[in-house]
Amino acid sequence: MSLMQTLINGYEGGLKHENMTPMQKMALRFVVIGLLYYGLASLEGMIMRLYEIKPIPLIDEKHFFSIMTVHPMVGIFGSSYMIVFGAFLFLVPYLMKKPIYSLKLANLSWQTIAGGTFIMWLAGFLFSYAPLYTLYWPLPVDFEQFSTIGGIVYIVGVVFIMIGTFLYTYNVFKTILYTPEGWEKQPSMELLKSALGIEGLLNFFRRRKKEHLVPLPIAAISRGTIDMGLNAIVISSAGVLILIYLLGSVFGVDLKDTWVDALLYKNIFWWGLDLIADGLVLIFVAGTWYLLAMLITGKDLFMQNIARAALFVEMVVSWTVWSHHLMSDQGQSNTLKVLSGEVVTAFELVTQGIAVFITLVTLYRARPLKMSNELKFLLGGILGFMLAVPAGIIQADLGMNRILHNTQWVIGTHVHVAILVGLTMTLYSAIYVLFPILTNGTKLYSQKLANWHFWLHLIGGIGMGAFMGMAGIDGMLRRAIYTNGEYNTYMILAGIFGLMIFVAFLIFLYNIVMSIGVKGLVGIYQPATTNTKDCVPTQKES
Amino acid sequence: MADSVAVLDTLKLVYTIYALIAISLIGWFAIRITQNGQSKAPKPPIFYTYIGILVVIGTGLHFLTYHTVPWVPIDLNRANLKAHKVYNITYKDHKIILEEKPMIVECGKKVIFEAVSEDLTYGFGIFRQNHSMVAQMQVVPGSRNDLMWEFHKNGTYYIRSTEYSGPKGAQMIVQDAIKVIGCSQNDPYAMK
Repeated sequence: MSLMQTLINGYEGGLKHENMTPMQKMALRFVVIGLLYYGLASLEGMIMRLYEIKPIPLIDEKHFFSIMTVHPMVGIFGSSYMIVFGAFLFLVPYLMKKPIYSLKLANLSWQTIAGGTFIMWLAGFLFSYAPLYTLYWPLPVDFEQFSTIGGIVYIVGVVFIMIGTFLYTYNVFKTILYTPEGWEKQPSMELLKSALGIEGLLNFFRRRKKEHLVPLPIAAISRGTIDMGLNAIVISSAGVLILIYLLGSVFGVDLKDTWVDALLYKNIFWWGLDLIADGLVLIFVAGTWYLLAMLITGKDLFMQNIARAALFVEMVVSWTVWSHHLMSDQGQSNTLKVLSGEVVTAFELVTQGIAVFITLVTLYRARPLKMSNELKFLLGGILGFMLAVPAGIIQADLGMNRILHNTQWVIGTHVHVAILVGLTMTLYSAIYVLFPILTNGTKLYSQKLANWHFWLHLIGGIGMGAFMGMAGIDGMLRRAIYTNGEYNTYMILAGIFGLMIFVAFLIFLYNIVMSIGVKGLVGIYQPATTNTKDCVPTQKES
Repeated sequence: MADSVAVLDTLKLVYTIYALIAISLIGWFAIRITQNGQSKAPKPPIFYTYIGILVVIGTGLHFLTYHTVPWVPIDLNRANLKAHKVYNITYKDHKIILEEKPMIVECGKKVIFEAVSEDLTYGFGIFRQNHSMVAQMQVVPGSRNDLMWEFHKNGTYYIRSTEYSGPKGAQMIVQDAIKVIGCSQNDPYAMK
């Protein structure tokens, strides 16, 4: 078969989209868009890496910062959220052996998040709106630097993303709790208690342990989803506040920005944002590791009860950890800095350490294992968090924060290693596990390309984070432009490693498209021909 | 007395060693799980010892820096300490306005840099001539922004806003803003 034929039809016949269930199509719609947005975020990342070596003449400073504003939003909401939502909306019914509450809502979720991300991205691309994702008050309503229309477009995009997030949250919990038509009445309250981990916690004090009604990965998804919902409330509230000021400007009403206390706003905003950064990421990742370890080994998880308890502790940690972002704010109380900023943050080392331990032991007990794609990416993901979490603990120290805050250390060694190596490699592992399930056994085009993808991504991610971190240690700020080549050695090296990540993604994309074929890819977005509520086709359907 | 150069050099060394150990450990693990052999699960005491070690490392770091990094006790006891001098700094329209320039600081004396923002959120960062950071704080409008500091080496330092305040604030720098005098030792990275 020629290369062109494979590209169109896929490898060994590619993806037969006619046989796919509506659930498979829904999940893949999320994942495909999520991967495309990942590509966009990678491209933006590369532009910024080049700009940090030498400012690019075609891009002025204003536009550079608008790229910096949309880059994390595209990466987190457009990519990570989409892939995670698609996977979880499929996995919750799949693991609970129960139909999804609403397939329509699920499809509406990907449409609103994909659309919202694009609208928000346009605010940066067309109007150079650049208050960064931090939105420190009153920068988002600084009309001397940004256009009102740019701000409105940005907030409308964010609102769409948050609507999609609420829909996802509602759908997940409804699916866990509702009674499908013709089924025996489901114990909603008992299911909720089990999903939230309350039952697991009570079990610690009971002589007779109660059986868990929901599997462990569902508990992780539920707990992470709570943080996601709370985060959406906080971000939506900030969006409404900013929108009031933007509309005030449109109608010529001067609303004084001093009506909002900048430090209080910063506290509330970081409380909400950390529900993602330190809450659901770690909870979802731990839950995904557990699920992957069980699927890879075909065995039960080691120390399941401890794992459930750790997930509950992680949720409490994520609600009380925000102050480590305000350790350089002199107005913030020392009590909050020490208790929330230092002590609670230190417990992330413990909860994440438990997840690493349980996952590794589960894998080890099942040896010998074949070094499959999902296994190697899972190990890469674990390594990513082993590197990034201690880096975060270090910067969440009063002494270290004074000289590391807002440097490239924070965004390189901590954030990018956590997201690119830890989270993304975990997601890739999940994609490799779900690929045959979602595509009814479609064969991968090239294992060699999968290997290249793995090594380039792993080395690129760690290398880029390392050199950004070294630049940070030497004083390079994360949200500044250096025009005299002050950190060029580090930035050139970080750029080379960043390019490896970008090339790795292109290799992965090529491999996947060649596997399923363009016809199959287009077919994912065509209406399903089967009208089943099952997650995967029954033997007869396939 | 340790300064930021010494602290950050230690961080670079310790973290690099840790990263190499973590990478090697996962590499070793990846090889081991593909091989045949005994695969007994660790006993509970091993797990709880591991958790204990994580707790000690996580919280021990803060005890360590409290006793070895000189600015931590100053920060925590700030309300009870008296400053030899206060330097007032105003941030407005993406400009850093100093009451006196350069701010002459006597060696070993506690001084306060008190910054007020009249519009946006900025940052106050002190940097050496080789661009390494001495210290920084956020400058939040309507909030107290005062950094107490003690210098122990002679040198000339510049100030740069360490927080993003829009594209106009990308280059908020005041050269030769602080001059430290009277120390027996020079800061080799801060000499002009």
